[in-house]
Amino acid sequence: MPSPCDVAKYMNEVFVVFCVFLYLAILFGIAYYAEFKLKRGKSIINNPYVYALSLAVYCTAWTYYGSVGRAATHGIEFLTTYIGPTIMCALFLPMVGKILRICKAQQLTSLADFISARYGKNFTIAIVVTVFSVLGITPYIALQLKAIGKSMEVIAFNGGHVNNVNTSIFDSTFFIAGIISVFIILFGARSVDASEKHEGLVAAIAFESIVKLVAFVAAGIFVTYGLFDGFSDIFLRASRVEELRHLFQFELGTGTSYTSWMALTFLAMLAIVFLPRQFQVTVVENINENHLRKAAWLFPLYLFTINIFVLPIMFAGKLIFDNGAVDADTFVLAIPLYFNEHLLGLLIFIGGFSAATSMIIVETIALSTMISNHIALPVLLSAKNFKTAGEDKLIRTIRTIRQASILVILMLAFYYSKTVAQQATLVSIGLISFAAVAQFAPSVFGGIYWREGSQKGAMAGICMGAVIWFYTLVIPSMTSAGMISSKIMNEGLFHITMLKPYELFGLTGLDSITHSLFWSLLFNTAAYAVVSLYTKQSVQEVYQSELFVNIYKLDGPDLHRPVWRGIAYLPDLKGLLATFLGEERTQKLISSYAHRHKIPLDDKHADPRIVAFSERLLSGVIGSASARIMVSSVSKEEELKIDELLNILRESQQIIELNKELRKKSLELTRATDELRRANAILKNLDLQKDEFLYTVTHELRTPLTSIRAMAEIVHDNPDIDIEQRQHFLTGLIKETERLSHLISQVLNLERYESGKQQLNLSYVNLYTLLITVAESFEMLLNEKSIKLELDAQGNVAPWRCDEDLIHQVLVNLLSNAIKFADAENGRIALALEQKQEEVRVVVEDNGKGIAPALHQLIFDKFFQAHNQTLKKPEGSGLGLAISKKIVEMHNGKIWVESEVDKGCRFIFTLPIIE
Amino acid sequence: MARKVLVVDDDPYILMSLEFLMKKSGYEVMVARNGKEALTLVDQEVPDLVLLDIMMPDVDGYGICSYIKTNNTLKKIKVVFLSAKTKEADKQKGLDLGAELYITKPFATKELVKKIDALLAE
Repeated sequence: MPSPCDVAKYMNEVFVVFCVFLYLAILFGIAYYAEFKLKRGKSIINNPYVYALSLAVYCTAWTYYGSVGRAATHGIEFLTTYIGPTIMCALFLPMVGKILRICKAQQLTSLADFISARYGKNFTIAIVVTVFSVLGITPYIALQLKAIGKSMEVIAFNGGHVNNVNTSIFDSTFFIAGIISVFIILFGARSVDASEKHEGLVAAIAFESIVKLVAFVAAGIFVTYGLFDGFSDIFLRASRVEELRHLFQFELGTGTSYTSWMALTFLAMLAIVFLPRQFQVTVVENINENHLRKAAWLFPLYLFTINIFVLPIMFAGKLIFDNGAVDADTFVLAIPLYFNEHLLGLLIFIGGFSAATSMIIVETIALSTMISNHIALPVLLSAKNFKTAGEDKLIRTIRTIRQASILVILMLAFYYSKTVAQQATLVSIGLISFAAVAQFAPSVFGGIYWREGSQKGAMAGICMGAVIWFYTLVIPSMTSAGMISSKIMNEGLFHITMLKPYELFGLTGLDSITHSLFWSLLFNTAAYAVVSLYTKQSVQEVYQSELFVNIYKLDGPDLHRPVWRGIAYLPDLKGLLATFLGEERTQKLISSYAHRHKIPLDDKHADPRIVAFSERLLSGVIGSASARIMVSSVSKEEELKIDELLNILRESQQIIELNKELRKKSLELTRATDELRRANAILKNLDLQKDEFLYTVTHELRTPLTSIRAMAEIVHDNPDIDIEQRQHFLTGLIKETERLSHLISQVLNLERYESGKQQLNLSYVNLYTLLITVAESFEMLLNEKSIKLELDAQGNVAPWRCDEDLIHQVLVNLLSNAIKFADAENGRIALALEQKQEEVRVVVEDNGKGIAPALHQLIFDKFFQAHNQTLKKPEGSGLGLAISKKIVEMHNGKIWVESEVDKGCRFIFTLPIIE
Repeated sequence: MARKVLVVDDDPYILMSLEFLMKKSGYEVMVARNGKEALTLVDQEVPDLVLLDIMMPDVDGYGICSYIKTNNTLKKIKVVFLSAKTKEADKQKGLDLGAELYITKPFATKELVKKIDALLAE
């Protein structure tokens, strides 16, 4: 058992900083490589695995360090953060899929854009969502910076001791934040089109996901199997320590109640959709909608893997540093350092660093898109002179705005991390951010399933939620940071006790997060629903709500008729697009769209579809609300009445459904045609077979007829031939007539069996007796050819249900064949009858010349001999085996031959039990 | 000297009947039950006429005919096919190989004898 830590163990600061810069250089390299590959036409991020890894940006430094910290105080409650997303993936995937589809159809680039577009492309709501997101998320980014700073301290200064905190503002964190912002600006804000994928960035994020997973699992394995003797060893030792025992339990009163479990899980379910970075990677950076389905199990698997070792590390930390001198948030890093595993420590540090940076990068991009598109651009575009500024200048300005907002967000976060965040643990700040974005849930989910949800309702709901969130979570954290007086906590606002931030309206007994979530979502949802029901939607809102709610009906291969009436001139539209996209790209996009939808471009008046397409293109760059204003600024539009709009929508829906119906019909038709063609081919083939059969039959009939006629004529024309010769001819006549009638009855039999006209006349038959009867009927022939017949049969085969006459026929056929083919000198035939479980098996074996394996199937064909004249042709109809096969098959049995050339033949048939 | 006729058929009763009819017409008759026997007899005896079945095990009638008609010393032998194959294509194939006649089974005995007499009288 390790002793308590006395001496701080750490590494050279310069070396650590060097490694950080090296790691950042690798990230740059990966991002450059991915973009380089893309220019060569190969996307390395276009597969579900990279997509799933990019979703793992969900796991931040909070996961990396904070889970252990949270587990140290709350036991397994930390798992809620991962159970939530797993439930979302398992149960609510269609919901995410629908959001994804809508964003693709409308070129939406952020959550603010999504909400604004749904509620009539409204500016105000986009601004509210943006401001709220920045407010809610910046602390979370700060948290990541704090985690980087803290882990730097641990690895380079104090080995995780609680005292001895470095508080200077301009430490290495500042420079690291600087480099990260350069990275984001380079790979995240180079193109002005926010709907474009950030290839390099996503590749780097996916790489970071791998790094943090490997590092954390390495730490876990080192602790669990290196320091201890596996999971059970750690858990056993921990369970012996009194104060750790409660961490195993799941009970009320230890800081974790069932209600908190529920609330936290629910919170995480929402977070996986509404955190700006998750929206960015899940929706904006998505290349192929089908990737979502695979990621829906890969991503939970990732979450599971990264969480396996949280508890062992926590318990190990508690056991090793049992004097509480080391902060549980730093256990992951402090433990290996304590044991002088410096290289492992460095890997773990880099893992945590990657968790933090990936979050910072994606979150900052998502927020900067919102700020630039929904706050800065509307201001800029409302300035009258923007169109005269020239396209290059405008594009440059947008880019500058986006870069500036990236810097502003990071600076804000940095400031926050150095002030307020110093007081709070990793997890509590994270949960406050989660609770903030959860406020978007009613407006978004309502927006995609409830047509009546209105802009005013959404506005009311989000504002209401935001205010309560601020009051019940932010105010308390500000008081604890000493920014405002703590009087409000104890006495409530204006000394009203009902307004105590942690006990709003007198609700007690919940932890702060659950409490806040309960009130904020309750008021949020209620306000959204009530206001929506009592306000009227604008035309634009009705249109957008139809498009969102019925996305699968309205967004098909046949693009719906755009609901737009007015006059727009193509040159004006192109000019507008060129301002934001550049002359060349505009020309290319418009002409390829027109070509695809067969829209003539020679008219000066723009086709409504071109207008709609232009608006979507602009949405990708400047957001849907600004795009709407821009397009209407270059066209004369007519305001539609609501019922006109609804009519048009209904019509286009009908057209799409009709098209779907037609496509289905034509598919069915094709299928029917195929079937007919196949049936026809089969018929033709059957016809051919029938012709062939008839020809063969007549041919076979001709031979006996020939001799009959010849012999009859001879006897008739020559009354004077001697009596002996006459007798010869007359015997021949009789034999050939017999052969002829036998042949005819065989043909008729076969026809009857094949057509299914023959019914089985079933009875219980003693097969042994039947076999003997058949054998006896051949006695004379056998004696004549001196063939030995052996009968090997178990006399006790039970009476078997079959058609006696037909089986008799089969036995006669097989036995007469055997007699024909048995060895001419030492002929020997063996008959066998045996019962095998559910069937009887009859074997007829001869010692003749045998049959080549290639012919084993063919001999059961009709007139096989007739078709193969080079074979020895013994007398017989050529139908015996075909008939036998048919009869056995009518009994659901099988018949086959086992033979090799010169080794005799074994004909075997089986008869199963017939009910 | 009596003309020599070779009868080739694998059906014993047809063979028997043809042997009787040819003898009665005054020819010297040889019989073969399969292709190989037939080829041996053609080589050894060089008959004036061969009555030839087509469908036989081992060498078939076509094979025998083309053997006769492509051999300089044998090609003067007259070949008459007697076959149950009634398709025009089969008949044409036989005549193309150089056979003098192609008669389908069953046949009228008097007709057959007349045609053979005529052929041998040329």
